[in-house]
Amino acid sequence: MTAPEIELRGVAKSYGGVAAVKPLSLTIDTGAFVALLGGSGCGKTTTLKMINGLIAPDAGEVVIAGRSATDEPPHRLRRRIGYVFQEVGLFPHMSVAENIAVGPRLAGWDKARTARRAGELFDLVALSPEIAPRFPAQLSGGQRQRVGVARALAAGPAIMLMDEPFGALDPLIRDALGADYRALHDRLSLTTVMVTHDVMEALLLADRVVILDAGEVIADGTPTDLLAGHGDPRATALMETPLRQARRVQALAGGGRDA
Amino acid sequence: MHERFAAAAALLPAYLSQHVLLSLSALILGFAISLPLAVAATRNASIRWVSLFVASLIQTIPSLALLALFYPLLLALSVLSQRWLGHGFQALGFAPSLMALTLYSMLPILRNSVAGLMGVDPAVVEAAKGMGMTSLQRLLWVEAPLAAPVIMAGARTAAVWTIGAATLATPVGQTSLGNYIFSGLQTENWVFVLFGCAAAAGLALATDQLLGLIEVGLAKRSRWRIWAGAIGLIAGAAVALSPLIAAPGERAYVVGAKNFSEQSILAELIARRLEASGARVTVKEDLGSATAYRALAAGEIDVYVDYSGTLWTNVLHRTDNPGRAAVLTGLTSGLRRRDGVLVLGSLGFENAYALAMRPDRARALRIATIADLAPRSPDLVMGSDLEFLSRPEWAALRAAYQLKFRRLVSYQPTFMYRALESSEVDVISAFSSDGRVAAEHLVLLADPKNAIPPYDAVLLVSPRRASDRRFVATLRPLVGAISLSAMQAANLSVDRDRDKVSPAAAAEVLARSIRPGAPLHSLAPAPPNGGARARRD
Repeated sequence: MTAPEIELRGVAKSYGGVAAVKPLSLTIDTGAFVALLGGSGCGKTTTLKMINGLIAPDAGEVVIAGRSATDEPPHRLRRRIGYVFQEVGLFPHMSVAENIAVGPRLAGWDKARTARRAGELFDLVALSPEIAPRFPAQLSGGQRQRVGVARALAAGPAIMLMDEPFGALDPLIRDALGADYRALHDRLSLTTVMVTHDVMEALLLADRVVILDAGEVIADGTPTDLLAGHGDPRATALMETPLRQARRVQALAGGGRDA
Repeated sequence: MHERFAAAAALLPAYLSQHVLLSLSALILGFAISLPLAVAATRNASIRWVSLFVASLIQTIPSLALLALFYPLLLALSVLSQRWLGHGFQALGFAPSLMALTLYSMLPILRNSVAGLMGVDPAVVEAAKGMGMTSLQRLLWVEAPLAAPVIMAGARTAAVWTIGAATLATPVGQTSLGNYIFSGLQTENWVFVLFGCAAAAGLALATDQLLGLIEVGLAKRSRWRIWAGAIGLIAGAAVALSPLIAAPGERAYVVGAKNFSEQSILAELIARRLEASGARVTVKEDLGSATAYRALAAGEIDVYVDYSGTLWTNVLHRTDNPGRAAVLTGLTSGLRRRDGVLVLGSLGFENAYALAMRPDRARALRIATIADLAPRSPDLVMGSDLEFLSRPEWAALRAAYQLKFRRLVSYQPTFMYRALESSEVDVISAFSSDGRVAAEHLVLLADPKNAIPPYDAVLLVSPRRASDRRFVATLRPLVGAISLSAMQAANLSVDRDRDKVSPAAAAEVLARSIRPGAPLHSLAPAPPNGGARARRD
């Protein structure tokens, strides 16, 4: 691990006098896969959007790869950071190929390089190049989300921010996409920050889970550490659920064999 | 019928080209203003509120009034510009029409653009931001293309409204398809009225369909539809506008005419004379009553016919009545001093406002003068044209004779005569030179108290043409050359129900009756029943 890729120094945000994120500091190393976990309204999405400047913090500083985020206009910063979210937000008037080409176009690539990159991306996210001329409305939910990931990766960002990226998909596709993405993360040596409210997803995909509640970090550790127990009762309660579910599923499976 | 249709069709290239030029310019300008405004409105709630409110407010102003209001405004600006910058500009015709129609076209474009831009899926907008698009890139790459079908729907509404409202540009001196409607209404030429309506409706429908094709093309991302619509529009506009390109460059003499038959006939008569002398001439018809004189003083028209009493009361603001000759002399020096306008002289007849009744009714009530009418007035209904009741002549008449009618009704002149004919009204404000007065043997009531000044038809020349010798020499023979009976006959030939002729044809007949070498300022004998003088302008 080298210098931290993302550093949040006491960033805070409030809306109408209500604190969404209380002064929060977080250091994310290059190559890390971090999950921001918590219920709705805990401040996890606000925290994520402060990293790429979609939300401007009221206080504190965001440092990306050693440079303060305020050193350049936010749109320039965002071009170097991939961004995927639950609604995907594919441009409905553009074909799949055109959607994927938006990042390279913003980065000023020429046509040949963009076309080559599109070929690689279809492989990378396990999509058939046949869908390139289709429009988003003609795709399935899983295909749309894969295109969303491909689009975010197109210009070769080092950082990926994901906001409930697989939340709207059915469980099977969700699991497959999660696993595929994790493999991509490792293969491309990305730094990924993923927001989720799904404890299981956070534990299974991330190297490090940061649990937020009411705008504060209440736990921060590897999945193994967190499962082993943590001082904060809210975090312990959150970890209890998947463990209990796992034990019940195991019991069911074991019981089935015994019968 | 066939002849009138052919006459209407012959005018189509000229009217249609002007109509298309005006509507197209207004729409382009409307777009150019509304789109940036809509973008600003989507980014800022107070801009949104104010701009939509103002655009809606403009929409509530009747379109004819909106067009009319721009004339005095532009005239004032032109005078200021003349004073500060050394040159004025045309306050009549194209400019006021363009401005009014532009404002009129803005609401649908603005409202739909705002709705379209704000209706873009927030997830798509967030994706665009998240990917690092600048505000402008977001607008051009994402928001505008997605809002385009909705914006096009607004453009269609705007196009239909603008093409329809452009017919109302005729009264402010801009040629349009409205010329058919206004002149047809004036002369009861229903073929013209229908032709004008059909042409305007056809133009609006065709434009709407082609824009609709583009709208569907944008929504379905169908390139051929977009191209077909665009090529159709461009080709149509090119064909419609082609007569304008052929027009020669030299500035033509502009003959003005107010909005009634006599004016159209006299304008044709003047135009024919000028053309015969080799000059190029355009006629601005159907000018509003007050706009004509101001347009002349400003040099936007070069010559037109007005009536001495009108100028006396409305321009010189005189309320006295020193007699016919004194009014004419006073007018000649007064207008020259005030505006530099040259009063060339009286044409030889009077077109006075006169109260008129049907002969049977007048006999039954034993009314011969306005003094006889006064005691009966509480039982009678009076019909007037649209402006008489707001004119100083009416105030003078009413005060002098203590007139108190049971009811007062205003009509377009054609329908006023109809109302008298069918006894819906008992008395009307007629015009002494109107052919219908003679044809229907109407009784013109005498004005023993001389409450209304005389109304000699006088030829006025704009300040900029006053020293144009050839121009003035060409027109001077018209002075004293037209008798009341000749004018009445010409008016009747245009206004009658059967066998009516065009103003141009009537002018031709009138030209033949002109006495060559008539003496300067000669006045035709006063009309036999010319006591009651009122007038129209």
